[in-house]
Amino acid sequence: MDPTQAPGVYEGAANVIAAVMLLLEFGLLRQALARDQIRLYQAQSALISVLAIVIAADRNLPDLYVLAALSAALKVVAVPLVMRRLLGRTDPIEGEEAPGVAGSQTLSPASAVLAGIVLAAIGFFCFGALKIHGPAAPALALALAAAMVLVSFGLMIVRRDVASQAIGFFTLENAISLAALVVASGLPLILETAFLFDLLVAVVVFGMLIRAAHGRSESLSTADLTRLRG
Amino acid sequence: MLGVILALLIVPFAAAVACATLPGPAAKRFAPAITVTSGVACFGLVLALLPAVAHRDLTYLSYLRVDALSEIFLLATGFLYAVVAIYTVGYAERQGHYPRYARRLYAGLNLFAWSMLAAPLMSSLALLWIAVEITTIVSALLVAIEDTDGAAEAAWKYVLIASAGLGLALLATVFAYFAGAQVLGEHYNLAIAPLIHVAARLPATPVRLAFLLALLGYGTKVGLFPVHTWLPDAHSEAPTPVSALLSGALLATSFYAILRYYEFTAAALGSGFPRDALLAFGVASLLLAALYVFGQRDIKRLLAYSSIEHMGILAIGVSFGAPVALAGVMLHVLAHAAAKANAFMGAGVFVVKYRTKQMATMRGALDLLPWSGPLFLLAIFALSALPPSGIFRSEFQIVAGGLASGNYAAAAVLVVLVTVAFFGLTTSTTRILFTPAPRSPSMINRAAAAPIDRGEPSAWMVGPAVAGIAVLFILGLHPPGELTGLISRAVAQLGAAR
Repeated sequence: MDPTQAPGVYEGAANVIAAVMLLLEFGLLRQALARDQIRLYQAQSALISVLAIVIAADRNLPDLYVLAALSAALKVVAVPLVMRRLLGRTDPIEGEEAPGVAGSQTLSPASAVLAGIVLAAIGFFCFGALKIHGPAAPALALALAAAMVLVSFGLMIVRRDVASQAIGFFTLENAISLAALVVASGLPLILETAFLFDLLVAVVVFGMLIRAAHGRSESLSTADLTRLRG
Repeated sequence: MLGVILALLIVPFAAAVACATLPGPAAKRFAPAITVTSGVACFGLVLALLPAVAHRDLTYLSYLRVDALSEIFLLATGFLYAVVAIYTVGYAERQGHYPRYARRLYAGLNLFAWSMLAAPLMSSLALLWIAVEITTIVSALLVAIEDTDGAAEAAWKYVLIASAGLGLALLATVFAYFAGAQVLGEHYNLAIAPLIHVAARLPATPVRLAFLLALLGYGTKVGLFPVHTWLPDAHSEAPTPVSALLSGALLATSFYAILRYYEFTAAALGSGFPRDALLAFGVASLLLAALYVFGQRDIKRLLAYSSIEHMGILAIGVSFGAPVALAGVMLHVLAHAAAKANAFMGAGVFVVKYRTKQMATMRGALDLLPWSGPLFLLAIFALSALPPSGIFRSEFQIVAGGLASGNYAAAAVLVVLVTVAFFGLTTSTTRILFTPAPRSPSMINRAAAAPIDRGEPSAWMVGPAVAGIAVLFILGLHPPGELTGLISRAVAQLGAAR
């Protein structure tokens, strides 16, 4: 992109949305309550759908409207609903707030965010240096998506509870969707919907395991899952 | 041939649906028969494809494509599906009164085989990704099926790590699309053949990135170091028939995906870059596995680490790049599938017999199990590449290829580490087989109330192992001419990419 020239609507929107999604990822990193994590995930997923609509309108790809609708239905409505249900079932006492995941950090929130910043910087600058961009692929948004991928891995690593790890995986999926949208918006729709369908099945598996893990060890913590090693 | 390919996609899926939906008593009676029929039929269908594929590539409906490379992996999966289906009949009836468990096991097994047979049939990288993702979902549920603490932990680790790995593989797919779209336009569907056709004009950086992400992403499911950590847990906690399929077929299917990326990356950039990357991952995996086989106490974990070892050998073999090494890799995929499935099936018999997975309490197996004992010994020898097994021939070719291509250091490391793994594998297993069983029943196994009688638990669990040994000997002594032709075509495909 020529720095003296203002970016177009599509490119500007893609970059802003990517930046906000990365900020939400950091919000997830320091968030202590599972319910709030789900709320942040919902916001992030909504942004992905908005981006799909912007791209559809700007580049005249009607397929992407369908994708945006499907993605919103699944990731903003269905997945959070199922997750809340599953977490609700694990309430220790009826009517109480869902169990916090605050005790699950292996790092203090400040150190986790610092580690996240380092990861994001690595992803951002490495991808920036690769100079992969085209008319349809803004380099900035792609670098931000790469940063988000690394931070979501970080989120899965620094948390010791199954809910945060699941959310970390879901946001990894968001980050990859972001990269796919900005790099390969022409990817045939059938594949993108298969990716979404796949997410739904993954939620079911995660749901079963969250429930199973809770039923056995009385908590969402993975600290007890240490039988298999070596 | 279109009919054969469609049948390969329909038969196992229909078998899975039938096992899942038949009413209770009918399911109990027919699910084993349906599964065995489907397994044997699929192996027959794969064999029926062999003569045609040995001469030309088959492309149908623009989504289905079978060439020599995919046929090799279809053969491995098809054979394993057949033997494991037969083995499962004996396994499921030993698990006691578990109608729901048996129904789920049969349905899941058929669906798992379906997804693994579908992956090599797909003509595009995107569909390949979807097929591999389906294998993950189905197999994760199968790992969790035993419903124990260990199974839940293993399934959780498996889902989380493998899904994250497949996320990276999806990114690889995206960058492969981006690279292809620069030349083929926005509306191409990631089909493999056109991508290789225009490979010379593809932009270098996205191709390189796509290959590395694919190697790491699909490598997670292959079990390459350092993303192998789910593998020993899943293999040890899954039901034995599932472990056999995981190790022999699933790891190979994921390796197939890496080979597809290797094919077009080598065509685009020359084979130097992908070979170096494969060598690094291969040596690290082999080193880790060769050292870890020593400390294992659980028989299925021991075999799982041996799988990591063999996947490392495959990666190293491809990295040598010489045609003889590539031919060795293709043969190794088939021989490893037969040998590892045999070893797991034998281990499964031991677990049923001794009611434990701990090797320390398994003694005198050669005496107590007149068939499974010797068959397991043969399988372990085959895995350790003793002649005349197929693995001896394939590893010999890989090492010869390494020397021929001037990779002396890597070939030497390969030989040393394989020997180390041989000692690790044989010391633990010969103790099970040759140390006589203690006379007093309390010392044999505290969980078992009565002393263990001599005899096999089930003929269903022995027959498949005999077939596996036969295949290993055939591959080692005299591979059929058509198979040799197929392998040379697959080698030309990978080597011509240079």
